[in-house]
Amino acid sequence: MSANTAVKTKRSTDLTGTSTGYKIFAVVILVLLALFFLFPLYWIVTGSFKTAVEINSKTPVWFPMEPTLENYIKLFSHPAMKWLFNIIFISAAAMVLTCLTAALAGYALAKKRFIGRGVLFTIIICAMALPKQVIVIPLLQEMTNIFHINDTLWAVILPTVGWPFGVFLMKQFSETIPNEILEAARVDGAGEIRTFATVVLPMIKPGIGALAIFTFVNTWNDYFLQLVMLTSEDKWTLPLAIANLQGEMSSDFGLIMAGAALAAIPIVVVFIAFQKYFTQGIAMGAVKG
Amino acid sequence: MAQTTAAVRAEKPKRQKPPKYSGMSRALVRRETMWAYLFLLPSLIFFVAFVVLPMFICVFYSFCEYGLGGIKGFAGFDNYIKLFKDPTFHKGFLNTLLIVVVAVPSVTAFSLWVSSAIYKMHAVPRSFFRCVFYLPVVSGSVAITVVWKWILNPYYGILNQVTGNVGFDWLGNSKTAIWFIILILFTTSIGQPIVLYVAALGNVDQSLVEAAQVDGATKLQVFWKIKWPQIMSTTLYILVITTINSFQCFALIQLLTRGGPNNATMTIMYQVYDTAYRLNDLGYANAIGVVLAIIIAIFSALQFKLAKTD
Repeated sequence: MSANTAVKTKRSTDLTGTSTGYKIFAVVILVLLALFFLFPLYWIVTGSFKTAVEINSKTPVWFPMEPTLENYIKLFSHPAMKWLFNIIFISAAAMVLTCLTAALAGYALAKKRFIGRGVLFTIIICAMALPKQVIVIPLLQEMTNIFHINDTLWAVILPTVGWPFGVFLMKQFSETIPNEILEAARVDGAGEIRTFATVVLPMIKPGIGALAIFTFVNTWNDYFLQLVMLTSEDKWTLPLAIANLQGEMSSDFGLIMAGAALAAIPIVVVFIAFQKYFTQGIAMGAVKG
Repeated sequence: MAQTTAAVRAEKPKRQKPPKYSGMSRALVRRETMWAYLFLLPSLIFFVAFVVLPMFICVFYSFCEYGLGGIKGFAGFDNYIKLFKDPTFHKGFLNTLLIVVVAVPSVTAFSLWVSSAIYKMHAVPRSFFRCVFYLPVVSGSVAITVVWKWILNPYYGILNQVTGNVGFDWLGNSKTAIWFIILILFTTSIGQPIVLYVAALGNVDQSLVEAAQVDGATKLQVFWKIKWPQIMSTTLYILVITTINSFQCFALIQLLTRGGPNNATMTIMYQVYDTAYRLNDLGYANAIGVVLAIIIAIFSALQFKLAKTD
């Protein structure tokens, strides 16, 4: 009888799944996967310091034995600083403009009851589900024929600001502001602009942080838009330039890895530094409003 | 950490919609509407100019005969009819479908497994794993793609050197190329779902889980009966964004195979680009774009339907 219960309890703890066997198995798999996911980045960074002989070796060279800067020197014989500046400028400008416009619009959508609110919100949701890349080709026509800013950095910045995800995210954040606080500000005689600047803005600061980092990273990595919009070499961004260099000299992997490292490392550092905001922003954007 | 999650959970129900019309005077409604649109104006200008307008231009061009020399005339449904007879589009459609059908379920299931394995961990290893799986996303599609191109190089690539296949061209082979595209797409797609699932699993109502455990529910029962319904909306969101991303996978194909060999990795998205800028047929390219948008809309709507009936 007692033996029976003992067997039963044992089985049920096993079924509860916290068996150490499974836990060890899970951790081993996770570590292996982590190595697999880290490998491309490791390969970029180490590859960028390898000599031409090591790069073109037919046996694996796991680590640069004679680390060299020749790949970087070759990279900077191209206008790489200009390309780096271009991508930083594009990402930063898109970030600032998006945060400004989206904070205002998100607050209005979340906290104002106005005519057309429902329709507008539906349009924004539908636009977000549409494939962004499909409109890039007509966008180029528009930039060329209507705004005459094709092949300038603004042709990449402005469409990024128009994308409504930021408005959606800021609406999610603004909804957490209690109505009573806004009401109190109004009773105290604060105007709309003052209420926004002194009451709303401080409360949605974490949201703005999340949106800022999100926009910066996404703009940096929006290769298709850069490819279509930027044609002359001095307008290229670093990711675009690497892609183009790879097309021209596909076998000079050292040079290409140096470019990839220069494009990837700053953004990885930004991501790791602001990881908290970033993950919070992604999670917040997913919550249905 | 436990405190912050508890705080987040406590804050959640506090999301408040704006006050109702009732109790607002007409003048107040008018005033609120005016201010709302003033706040919305900067954003709306960008939205209308760079999202709504190009959408209309896209649809308009799709009905035009639009080649190198500009618009040559109205084409009616010619571009759309051409699409049904175009073997390249057929191949691209099937490949896109293959990518979506393989990538979306595997990304979703895999990220759910990783998340459930890491969400209860201590904050440090949890952030570490979440970060590692997100790195391919932040490093950018170009950096990741060019390094994979090197890894897969027939002679100098590490893959062939390690497996002893030196000389075999994985990307030049019409049978293997698409699977490597899917694999790389997979590695750049699971970061966001993992972040979302970790957050969602952390927000599952713990009292329900404990109650079920007290009643003797197994871990699997707790997962399917208690946690799964609560993370359903996250799953739906992940399905939709992964589908959209898979449909739009572009940098990978442009930098690795250019749709080749022999259209073996041609996708609808890549055909839009190829038709517009290599073949200079903008009318047809926009028609393919419109069809792609419609296909994505249908997929998203289907996923919403399926998730609702569950």
